[in-house]
Amino acid sequence: MSETELKRTPLNDAHRSLGGKMVDFGGWDMPVQYKAGVIEEHLRCRTSSGLFDVSHMGEIWVTGPGSVAFVNRITTNDVTKLVDGQAHYSALTNEKGGIVDDLLVYRFGEAKLLLVVNAGTTDKDFAWISSHHSDADDCTIENASSKFCQIAVQGPNALKILQQITETPLEAISYYHFSEGAVDGVEAIISRTGYTGEDGFEVYADPKFAEQLWNKFLDLGGFGSDAGILPCGLAARNTLRLEAAMSLYGHELGDDITPYEANLGWITKLAKGDFIGRQALAEQKEAGLQRRLAGFEMTEPGIARDGFDVYVDDEKCGVVTSGSPAPYLKKNIGLAFLPPAFTTAGQEIKIDIRGRKVGAVVVPTPFYKRQK
Amino acid sequence: MSNIPENLRYSKDHEWIAVDGDVATIGITDYAQHSLGDVVYVDLPRVGDKFDTHESFGSVESVKAVSEIFTPLGGEVTEVNDGLNDAPESVNGDPYSAGWMIKMKMTNSGEADALLSAAEYEEYLEASA
Repeated sequence: MSETELKRTPLNDAHRSLGGKMVDFGGWDMPVQYKAGVIEEHLRCRTSSGLFDVSHMGEIWVTGPGSVAFVNRITTNDVTKLVDGQAHYSALTNEKGGIVDDLLVYRFGEAKLLLVVNAGTTDKDFAWISSHHSDADDCTIENASSKFCQIAVQGPNALKILQQITETPLEAISYYHFSEGAVDGVEAIISRTGYTGEDGFEVYADPKFAEQLWNKFLDLGGFGSDAGILPCGLAARNTLRLEAAMSLYGHELGDDITPYEANLGWITKLAKGDFIGRQALAEQKEAGLQRRLAGFEMTEPGIARDGFDVYVDDEKCGVVTSGSPAPYLKKNIGLAFLPPAFTTAGQEIKIDIRGRKVGAVVVPTPFYKRQK
Repeated sequence: MSNIPENLRYSKDHEWIAVDGDVATIGITDYAQHSLGDVVYVDLPRVGDKFDTHESFGSVESVKAVSEIFTPLGGEVTEVNDGLNDAPESVNGDPYSAGWMIKMKMTNSGEADALLSAAEYEEYLEASA
């Protein structure tokens, strides 16, 4: 067996010097946690701020007059509704309506869009998009992933920290909007987005400035002080997104899972015109769902984990897609696919934890919603 | 560097064992708690449960993962650390004291002699690093 070399973000050395515990994450050498540990990292992001290296995410430029029409044809959300400086959450779907990947679509202009996709699926996505692209689409696609670093600063203090090194008025950037401007003298895209359930920003820049920006955020965030910013690893990123009930590709989303099943009907715009998978999705909407994602919390001691079976009345009826202790909520929570009849809040279920059926109850999602 | 107290015995599954007559107190080592990360749940057997050597007697769960814990020797559980229900983080903060898990009356106290000494465990860790 040949060992393929893990890919590294421009912040790899920085993670190591911060004591990051490095793991193979979809072919990337990434920190799962730093010295503070997942719980402290998670809590700090909720109460102060957390810093995330998300440079492994993929960026794909779509440019040219046909850009909006092309992206509208390969994704579920309605790209014609985006205005310059706005982004939206969307999904690439296959002919069966299954999710090839979830992504953000940024509109820089009518002839310039940026697609931000998952790290582990970037190559697959680019191949998929290329295979549905022809000269007739009147636009060019470019995998620009290596030209960007991406750093997320998230949490109640995020705006205050970032505002110290940019002239761009951050209050003026609404949620899911972005601006181009200098950050610490570095040309950047400043996006009010995130994957934590907190207010915050994702900053895209040339990878050669990654360390400069990262260190600046740590300094300005008071890293090292009691309530200061903490760098957060993949483990905290996962528990934060799970508390916010945001989906993770490979868990809640996949090639054989449709947006409706994953509660993503809100990004599935059947009325916008044809797109890949539209027909299958329209049929599914008409016929009704066999399964649907629901949130649950454990009512008895035990932690549900991905892949565990779910029972109702002694009958196996579903499977856990993500399960974990929720550090801020101090509960054991999870997401599971269940028959729609069992997805109403209050439904009692059992999770098969290594042969023991442990009580849980369906609850509304998100589990955590920040106070505005 | 891991903390490996001199006066304890160790297993290759990263448990520590304190032997007092025919009673063994069992927990997981500093190395094990560090690899696991923040412990959030410890599932332990009941008093009176009997185990052979190298049987799974419970599990330790961190935020990220679950690890089974194995009996380093055979015997009957005489006491379990109920304090871990409310304070599982003791396994991280104080693995050799407040983080103890079970006490067992050993079936064959000779088994304890076969366990690793502190020096042997340290060597074992270095070799597997």
